[in-house]
Amino acid sequence: MRSPVRFERRLEQPKWLNWAIPVVSLIAALVLGAIVLLATGKNPLDVYSRIFERGFAGTRALSGSIKTATPLAFTGLCAAIAFRMGLINIGGEGQFYMGAVGATWAGLVFGGDLPTGAVVIVMALSGMVCGGLYAAIVGVLRAKFNTNEIITSLMMNYLAAIFLNYLIYNSTSYWRDPESRNFPAGKPIPDRADWNFYEVGGIKIPLAFLIAIIAGAAIWVLYKRTRFGFEVGVIADSPKAARYAGIRTTSTIVIVLALSGALAGLGGAADVGNFRGLLDSKGLQMSGYGYTGIVVAALARLNPISTLFVAVLIGGLTNAGFALQGPDFPSGLVGTLQGLILFTAVAGEVLVKYRIRRNRRAAAVMA
Amino acid sequence: MTSAVRMTGIVKRFPGVVANDGVDVDIRAGEVHALLGENGAGKSTLSNILTGLYRPDEGTVEINGQAMQFSSPRDALDAGIGMVHQHFRLVSTFTVAENVVLGEPDSPFMMDQSRVAQQVEELSNRYGLAVDPSARIWQLSVGEQQRVEIIKVLYRGAKVLILDEPTAVLTPIEADALFKTLRAMVAEGRTVIFISHKLDEVMKVSDRVTVLRGGKTVGTVETANTNTRELASLMVGRSVEFNRVTRSNPADVSHTVLTLSGVSARDDRGRDALHGVSLTVGRGEIVGVAGVAGNGQRELAEAISGMRALSSGHIDVSGERVQSGRARSAIAKGVAHIPEDRLHTGLASSHSVEDNLALKNYRSSSLSKFRVLRRKAIRAQATDLVQNYDVKTPDTVTPVRLLSGGNVQKVLLAREFSSLPKVLIAASPTRGLDVGAIETVRARLVEAAERGVGILLISEDLDEIMSLADRIVVMYEGRLVDEVAAEAADRERLGLTMGGSTVSGGAR
Repeated sequence: MRSPVRFERRLEQPKWLNWAIPVVSLIAALVLGAIVLLATGKNPLDVYSRIFERGFAGTRALSGSIKTATPLAFTGLCAAIAFRMGLINIGGEGQFYMGAVGATWAGLVFGGDLPTGAVVIVMALSGMVCGGLYAAIVGVLRAKFNTNEIITSLMMNYLAAIFLNYLIYNSTSYWRDPESRNFPAGKPIPDRADWNFYEVGGIKIPLAFLIAIIAGAAIWVLYKRTRFGFEVGVIADSPKAARYAGIRTTSTIVIVLALSGALAGLGGAADVGNFRGLLDSKGLQMSGYGYTGIVVAALARLNPISTLFVAVLIGGLTNAGFALQGPDFPSGLVGTLQGLILFTAVAGEVLVKYRIRRNRRAAAVMA
Repeated sequence: MTSAVRMTGIVKRFPGVVANDGVDVDIRAGEVHALLGENGAGKSTLSNILTGLYRPDEGTVEINGQAMQFSSPRDALDAGIGMVHQHFRLVSTFTVAENVVLGEPDSPFMMDQSRVAQQVEELSNRYGLAVDPSARIWQLSVGEQQRVEIIKVLYRGAKVLILDEPTAVLTPIEADALFKTLRAMVAEGRTVIFISHKLDEVMKVSDRVTVLRGGKTVGTVETANTNTRELASLMVGRSVEFNRVTRSNPADVSHTVLTLSGVSARDDRGRDALHGVSLTVGRGEIVGVAGVAGNGQRELAEAISGMRALSSGHIDVSGERVQSGRARSAIAKGVAHIPEDRLHTGLASSHSVEDNLALKNYRSSSLSKFRVLRRKAIRAQATDLVQNYDVKTPDTVTPVRLLSGGNVQKVLLAREFSSLPKVLIAASPTRGLDVGAIETVRARLVEAAERGVGILLISEDLDEIMSLADRIVVMYEGRLVDEVAAEAADRERLGLTMGGSTVSGGAR
């Protein structure tokens, strides 16, 4: 019953831990991964260099990584903004779907008439509104009835998935391509509704990623510099102190969740506008951007700027994983390597807040 | 006469506080022994030492004449000491029987429901602790839950039972039933340690009383040879010197700055905590609210500062109505508040000193423009206040939780006083502070009163109230039960009314 070590809460969190722990976590993951690779008869150095090559070396690899990173950047920001206030929004996944639904609708309706710039704006706004409102439901439930937002937001992911299936597979909805009788699929948005790519130094950067950078910076300013950010910080620190200072806790909860959902929704819009060009029910559900976004945010320690970088890191690893996969390299092994990185990162997070002490004949105090 | 428990010279220090400062208690086997004292007198610390939660810094604990050193509650339990906590430790979705065996060291993997149920029933019959073993905790009343706690302790074979403020959650009828149970237990040779600050109760149930004050034993008396009056004066202390602070600028009672009219409010659990409280505070007047903690003082402070909605009545500040349950409205009307729980209510403790100093006025135009914070102005304000209020902090970006208790309070005072309030609610403003800090805080309060601030000083420290207040009201069970001018205040009478005795019926 008595463990030889115990965790002790750190009184102070030294600044250097903020970068030291992620770095050490990554190294730990590489070491653990090396053991797994050795056990399966692979040369870890060889595998790691291939991962680096496919994920990050050269303009082609980087272009791919940024593309994969884009939806993760949005869902990462979605998680980060809510988690910072202590609201565990697991619903980025569903909010992402809803954003895609809203943006596809806007693209289909206005794509034929409006100029490209205007269509992009309408799609983005439509995606944000849909994702935001969907998350606001969770916020209202939490603020008014004190329901657990983890559970409601998670449940609403399943609802959103069913809704997607309904739109594409089980109905002749506006989103479904009427010509796809045997293989139901989404209706492609007009070309004019396609979002642009830009080339910077040979790297192809989707418009959506630029928007993500702007969004990340905006959130950083919002939380660091504005009254609203100050209020969110106080609520996260102590809800009682917030009440004492006259901060409106309930409306702030709803607003933060709506913002969080709007970011995921914007990601959904980007998915349609910049990449898929239609509402791809199956593709969205298989990607699991919302869930990966939580990991991205956690790795970035909820910092919106770091979230962008971590998204690219995870994007690169994902792409490299696809590249590695083959007859001699099962996808399970790729998953294991990725899982190890996430596992050590989350484990490392504990060490930021706690330190490990050895238990000397501990007095196991029971509270 | 054998001693069931003898604690000698117990000293327990916490950072900045000496909770027990040489406590001696001698508890005989087979008696109900009351530990009487105000909050902060050291009762809880003492019982935590006896149950193995804390280790004393000095002093010895003897059980049945044998010196003991507990390193965990398990050790204390093995020595036959069980505690019934004020806040129950029950799993609400489990049955009574399940809760009773929960945490048993050698409970089998599969529980023998019927056997446990039978034992629970046996115990409950023997001591008049009526409770259904198969009921789930959430279905039970608070009184029944307490019985489960007692059965739990008895089931573990405790010979000495410690009950911490057991009647705080009970109705009078339930309390009487509890007293019967306690008598039944001592009749069987068990020993009961009854922690309370309620005089009548102590008189009713105990055989002997040990009074604690300020972490020290004041004395032990036979209940039969004493009365509530004597206990009250022992509890609050009559020998302590105190000086009325002389004021250059006396209170102006003709101008009321704070008026409470029939204010009622509920506590966090939804029970009525304030019953039609009416009260006025004049310009520059300090009104002391005396009372033992938990009699509605917190709710009173929160109601005035807008943190708690009123269920009836209203509050006016200088003739202007404060919106019920709107802290922002109270702040705007000029209500400052030094809450009891400084680190989690008065301050956002992980935030920096400068953020905390701006906690109430960050919305003002001087500190934010177009909803964007003016960081420089916030820092400048902080630098100013830190200097004026002599806050010892390395810089203004240090989180307040890293400051010492006295400096934490100074941050709070700096913010609240600098807002130039009309009314100040100060709840236990000096609790836990060292002598120097106490003096600073008191001086600041008097200074504010001289500037015309109406102050409501809520404190359990009678000396503090008597030396600072112009007028004293006593709060008991959510009502104001007594009011006296400070010069005419009589410590004994205050002690009695604080303990719930009516003034006329005090003598026994």
